[in-house]
Amino acid sequence: MNSEKVIFGFFITLAASLNFGFWTGEMDRIELHNVWELAGAIVVSLIATVLKFGDRTQLGAVHLATSLVADVQLIAGAVIWTWAATSPGGLTPADMALVVSMSGGALLANLISVVLMISEIITARR
Amino acid sequence: MNDVMYLFLRRMRVPLVLVIMLYTVSVFGLAIVPGQDDAGNPTPGMGLFNAFYVISYTATTIGFGELPHPYSPIQRMWMTLSIYLTVTGWSYAVVTVVGLLQEPAFQNALRQGRYARRIRNLREPFYIVCGVGETGTLVCHGLDRLGLRFVVIDSDASRIEQIKLEGFQADPPTVIADASQPGNLTGAGLLSPHCRGVMALAVDDAANRAIAVTARLLRPGLPVMARVGDANTDHSMGAFGGDMVTNPFERFSTYLALAVARPERYRMGQILTGFPGDDLPELHHPPRGHWIMCGYGRFGHGVKEALTRAGNEVTVIDKLHYGEEGVDIEGTGTESASLRQAGIENAVGIVAGNASDLKNLAIALLARDLKPDIFVVTRQNQISNTSLFEAFHDDLCMQPSRIVAREFLALITTPLLARFRYEIRGASEKWSAELAQALSYLNAGYVPELWGVTIDTEHAGAVVDAITHRHWVNVGHLLVDPYDYEKPANALVLMVLRGDDSEILPTTAYQLEVGDRLLIAGSREAARRLELAMNNPNVLYYVRTGRERGGGWIWHELRSVKRRWIKHRATRGH
Repeated sequence: MNSEKVIFGFFITLAASLNFGFWTGEMDRIELHNVWELAGAIVVSLIATVLKFGDRTQLGAVHLATSLVADVQLIAGAVIWTWAATSPGGLTPADMALVVSMSGGALLANLISVVLMISEIITARR
Repeated sequence: MNDVMYLFLRRMRVPLVLVIMLYTVSVFGLAIVPGQDDAGNPTPGMGLFNAFYVISYTATTIGFGELPHPYSPIQRMWMTLSIYLTVTGWSYAVVTVVGLLQEPAFQNALRQGRYARRIRNLREPFYIVCGVGETGTLVCHGLDRLGLRFVVIDSDASRIEQIKLEGFQADPPTVIADASQPGNLTGAGLLSPHCRGVMALAVDDAANRAIAVTARLLRPGLPVMARVGDANTDHSMGAFGGDMVTNPFERFSTYLALAVARPERYRMGQILTGFPGDDLPELHHPPRGHWIMCGYGRFGHGVKEALTRAGNEVTVIDKLHYGEEGVDIEGTGTESASLRQAGIENAVGIVAGNASDLKNLAIALLARDLKPDIFVVTRQNQISNTSLFEAFHDDLCMQPSRIVAREFLALITTPLLARFRYEIRGASEKWSAELAQALSYLNAGYVPELWGVTIDTEHAGAVVDAITHRHWVNVGHLLVDPYDYEKPANALVLMVLRGDDSEILPTTAYQLEVGDRLLIAGSREAARRLELAMNNPNVLYYVRTGRERGGGWIWHELRSVKRRWIKHRATRGH
């Protein structure tokens, strides 16, 4: 068992699952989406990105790219949320739909990461 | 991304993850803990965004104060904890970066990256110098004076440090590596299309042999010069197909003998291989008669043989080799008894040819004392002793390292010179004197430059064009000043190589053909003008005919229309 693989697998999966938890539920219903879950998804996604720094393999480079995409989308979602929540009108269902769609995009990137990880495991087993 | 970037990112993983985690704990905590408003009433936590803002300026020790409201005691407690946590995280990251920068492996990767980048960016002709001892340093200085770039490889770190302090016009890329490893040679740009030659001047013969073989196999046709000390190696290297190999001991004794026996030919050779712009070598007139040779080592044999062949009588003094055939007197030559025994009263010349400079100087001083008008030839082994030899005023001083350096430089920058020297190997004294005389006029009393030109579209476009249109170009046309038809250019065509046939000192009427290779001597200005004449059709027309010709296409066409019209009228007239 390789502890580096365990740690990386843990963070990749956690990023995907946290993001899924935030994203799931109807898009424009504010009460279904928790800000802490989004914050947690950002943090875990950032850690997963850092863990892929300095990997020279082709797969490592793609991993880094997908996690960077997830980071950008999640941070964009968080900025939109903060902006909307501090504006005079407060958070509207339209704003929430935007944030959730952002996290949906990030979720796609997370899923690619997970698929890549699994494919890596399969090829290694062979 | 290069090695350095990967190494850096890989090492920054742990500190960065730590910083992210500490931020998360601090931000989440601060977002939750209850605060108070201005009146002191408890309020819920400040929220994620405000907490992130506060932690960001606190962790970076900017510290704007308590925003948005003065904090509640519990918030202050959490802030205190956060300050210590985040500052510790940052400090750890910074310490890691500093440690990484100081690490020898990282420094090495950085140096390697810089070196590889410089080699990649070398977009002009360059040479690879392997080994920068005394000879290698001289070669580097010679290349630098010719305005040529070079890459230095040496496995000795102290020599590399030394070469960095030499103060060249253009800083050469240097690397501490074993040049006999093929990877290190290719790393130095052996495979680059701009690499023009390799000089193997490493300390041991085996390394030089390895360098020559590597270059020969990876870049067939690239000039390789290797220095070897062992006479047998010279032949085995020759088997690798025309590599130019210099055996310093052999060369040295040949030259010394040549200097004594054939001073004119020696001087001509000196001019041909001299550094362009140096003072012309003086002509020595060593006397014939009885010579004394001190030191009978590897090249002592060669000197004695050459001197004897030139009709001199040689008495050899040696202590170490006494008893061997050829040694007449036991002694070092530094005591008057042995010199008297060798008959210094009747001797015309003495060669001090030991491997020790001080011994040679002692012999020379003593010989001068015993017989003031004796011709003294000294062998100087170390460049650092130059001032001592200059103070002595010997008649002829020879430095092995300088001989090798000059020879390497001359042959590698103009590969045709090797062929030329081969062709004139048996030249008479009279012929040599005339050529030396002609060469000495070319550059106003200084050693002229030597260069090779191939008649092809790249190097002599106008000449090729003229020849293909059946306008003959002679050697004489090229030796005319392109600015004034009446004046000769300060240049001399030494040799034309056509296929494998060579024409030494071709006459002015010698017609050039496409593919000819010319070896030319002249001043730097003449080289520039000749290049102009060979590439500019109008200038070539001028040197060929002495008439100016308009430049543009329209004038060309108009002239040819006029020519046709005249021709037409002439035929109709018949």
